[in-house]
Amino acid sequence: MTTAITRMKGCARRLKQNDNINTDYVISGRYKFSIEDPKELAKHIFEDIDPTFAAKVKEGDFIVSGENFGCGSSREQAPVSIKAAGIKAVIAKSFARIFYRNAFNIGLCLIECDTDQIDEGDHLEISLENNRIKNITKNSLTPIKPIPPVMKKLLADGGVIEHFKKYGGFKFDA
Amino acid sequence: MGGQTIAEKILSNHSSKKVKVGDIAICRVDFYFGQDGTSGIIIDNFRKLGNIKPSDKTKFYMVIDHSGPSPSVGVSTIHKKMRAFADEYGVGIYDVGVGVCHQIIPELGHVVPGDLVIGADSHTCTYGAINVFSTGVGSTDLAITLASGKNWFKVPQTVKIMINGKLPKGVYSKDVILHIIGKLGANGCTYKSAEFYGDVIEKLSVESRFTISNMAVEMGAKCGLMQADKKALDWIKKHSKKQPRPVFADKGAVYEAVKEFDVSRLSPQVAKPHTVDNVSAIEEVKGKHIDQAYIGTCTNGRLEDLETAAKILKGKKIHPDVKLIVAPASRIVYLDALKKGMLDIFIKAGGVVLSPGCGPCVGTHGGVPADGEICISTANRNFKGRMGNPNAFIYLASPATCAASAIEGKIADPRRYL
Repeated sequence: MTTAITRMKGCARRLKQNDNINTDYVISGRYKFSIEDPKELAKHIFEDIDPTFAAKVKEGDFIVSGENFGCGSSREQAPVSIKAAGIKAVIAKSFARIFYRNAFNIGLCLIECDTDQIDEGDHLEISLENNRIKNITKNSLTPIKPIPPVMKKLLADGGVIEHFKKYGGFKFDA
Repeated sequence: MGGQTIAEKILSNHSSKKVKVGDIAICRVDFYFGQDGTSGIIIDNFRKLGNIKPSDKTKFYMVIDHSGPSPSVGVSTIHKKMRAFADEYGVGIYDVGVGVCHQIIPELGHVVPGDLVIGADSHTCTYGAINVFSTGVGSTDLAITLASGKNWFKVPQTVKIMINGKLPKGVYSKDVILHIIGKLGANGCTYKSAEFYGDVIEKLSVESRFTISNMAVEMGAKCGLMQADKKALDWIKKHSKKQPRPVFADKGAVYEAVKEFDVSRLSPQVAKPHTVDNVSAIEEVKGKHIDQAYIGTCTNGRLEDLETAAKILKGKKIHPDVKLIVAPASRIVYLDALKKGMLDIFIKAGGVVLSPGCGPCVGTHGGVPADGEICISTANRNFKGRMGNPNAFIYLASPATCAASAIEGKIADPRRYL
């Protein structure tokens, strides 16, 4: 049984740096060690590489990036503060492993695809059913890598905590 | 079916079936932990799971290392929350001053060859050097394991990394791994397990091997595994009462790629701001002015590292414009360095010695650089803002290079001091 959202509409937000956005850049250690409230953390996302970013982001936006997004520290405050900022999905060419798990564990959707043709401010529609992104601004379609079944299941259940509570353990088959 | 890699074997041994690359394995986990930057969320999520108890309270520890002693009320509040949780559930806590998690977990004998370990810290891959499948996860994954004793793992592909030749004088395991990361890139091993072999690995001390496995994650690797040879097993015997179960790759193991390196002519290496794979030989960067030198961390805060630095600094003074900060990786290392007169050398040279822990590596305390300042550090990350100021610049190098640089006030080749 899935209750997952399969279609999302939003606006692309690009960072000045494209590849290797590490989790220190998502949320600096200065904040993650002293602030526990995700909404407070969300005010500081990407501050060290783009101080105006947090103020620009609107509910429902997508972050669009290049290779190896989320590399570095295992801090879960990274996906947590992105989600708390209202970002609905991160779209990148590839993701670092720990960030990838962390994001789906807390119910933040990650999309892997070629992002070269997506510009700041483009209006996008992600379809998880058809595995593609429709760029409404540019009237073009980009195929996305299908989300692995385990991650889809976690997303549908609202994250791994909810999944675990629902089944009393892991349940990935069927 | 072909042979298995170390990663496939350890994951198979902890699962109900023999698994291969690409499988999802649900595995028993032998040891798991969080640090003070990640334990707050572990605790919150564990409580969200309902009215439950830790699956095995002997297998979980919390370590206060990233910001200890606390520099602020916010951090103190998190530390207090960790202590209260440890009391409530009877789980272990290593409080301020015991040391960096990645030093004390092997040093105090919690992990042995063949184990499967997760930590809510990305440098958990460090114990690969003693044949432990250990990998960093987020706090929520850790909470799930705390509750159930298990987690799920996607069985990774493996890249075999051969390091051959003879390390020249003044060139250390830190230089080797910086060189490899420079060649393979920050995402050169993403989602993959790295297995390290070769003459160089065999000759390295176990302490030096930890430095290599520690930085495997800097090229995206899930773990950085080595075989447990006699040297490793002797080391384990000294540190742990647990029974090691060494795991070797099969002869017919299938590797995604094999990368070979000959380090016989390698110079000391330096990673320049702001990425770990932005690596140059010392010849290209020497002479660059520095304001601060930091020797410590889970990468290079071990006794052997302090010994290397102390030999260079003995009887010398650091440059008057430089702040030298030394943080031994653990209380044991601190006491050994004290007994051997190394701390005396650092202090008389004009340096400061911090309490055991992560020190200024994570930018919360103990040496935050000013705008425009340049720090040379033995740590594993030089990201913008990593040490607490996005307008500072971090270079990564070996303890020898950092010590030589502290004397000269600029990035210096350590070979002339040896």
